[in-house]
Amino acid sequence: MHARTDAPAEAAPEANPAWPEDIFAILQRFDVRQVPYVPDAGHSQLIERVLGASSMRAVPLTTEEEGVALLAGAWAGGQRGVLLMQSSGVGNCVNMLSLTQIFRFPFLTLVTMRGEWGEFNPWQVPMGSSTAGVFELSGIKVLRASHPEEVREVVEAAAGQAYNACTPTAVLLSQRLIGAKVFTK
Amino acid sequence: MNKANLLERRSVVSSLLAERKDAIVVGGLGASTYDIAAAGDHDRNLYLWGAMGGAVMIGLGIALAQPELPVVVITGDGEMLMGIGSLATVGLQKPGNLSIIVLDNEVYGETGGQASHTAATVDLVGVARACGIPDARAIATLAEIEAFAPSMQDVSSGPRFASIKIDSANLERVLSSRDGTFIVTRIRGALGFGPI
Repeated sequence: MHARTDAPAEAAPEANPAWPEDIFAILQRFDVRQVPYVPDAGHSQLIERVLGASSMRAVPLTTEEEGVALLAGAWAGGQRGVLLMQSSGVGNCVNMLSLTQIFRFPFLTLVTMRGEWGEFNPWQVPMGSSTAGVFELSGIKVLRASHPEEVREVVEAAAGQAYNACTPTAVLLSQRLIGAKVFTK
Repeated sequence: MNKANLLERRSVVSSLLAERKDAIVVGGLGASTYDIAAAGDHDRNLYLWGAMGGAVMIGLGIALAQPELPVVVITGDGEMLMGIGSLATVGLQKPGNLSIIVLDNEVYGETGGQASHTAATVDLVGVARACGIPDARAIATLAEIEAFAPSMQDVSSGPRFASIKIDSANLERVLSSRDGTFIVTRIRGALGFGPI
């Protein structure tokens, strides 16, 4: 037992929060068409919305770097995209992120964070701790949202600078926002 | 396989692209990019000089964005092996307009000719088929290439995959532009998209 189960729990994030809907609305408004992803629980609501959107193509990946390359191709073909992944996938992308500088294409990624804020699984901590640093070393601007009410303006700003200024940008969606994953036997 | 009768890569690629029409062609880094350049520079050529393992996914992104245009990825066995999972991703998306051609010389020719997995064990055609690309074939003769090339123009019957065993000779490099923004902006311009 890692904590008393009979004790009152801390206030958990809402089951169906509004912020994934805010993100979906922003992606629609910016005419995002290709949405590659490696699934993460924190992105599940948004992925469902994308899968149900006729104007968007959801592209499940085997590894996150595929998504970087896909978005470079989407840009060459005249479409915008966004890559959805969790922090552990950022390390899988490193060499492919050079495409953002080589093609100077409008790269946007939304990253759900693990390995912070009450993390249970130590295996998530190393990559979660270096996620922002890896992006910065790779020339990607990093923005972060930690509270539900700020998600909309942070993602809006990120999409604006990515698509309007071709400034590659990552938004880190904090584990505090999503809620630490609960492990039970 | 009779190694003496293997195809020569430049004639393979020039035959594949002889009637390319409006096709967009993506070349994997290394010799495949030189082969495409040798077949003739083109507004719709996307030359890769890095991003190893990304050629098929870049092709998929273009293919999904431009479903009415043929998109042809030409890459080597080493580049394909590094992005092998992308065949599974293509198999799931089933873009009708995407053709993937692997020039398989069974070695890493750019780095000293070290053997690749295809020299001993890996059957790329089998991998492609198992990933959900039923139109996957091994090609061994120029006649088969000439028969295959027109199918790349059919944007509804893909994705298709072809592995072409070629000889491992290192040919003189034919250098394309290495400027990524030029290359991608030129393709976008050919498709009617301006700069930001």
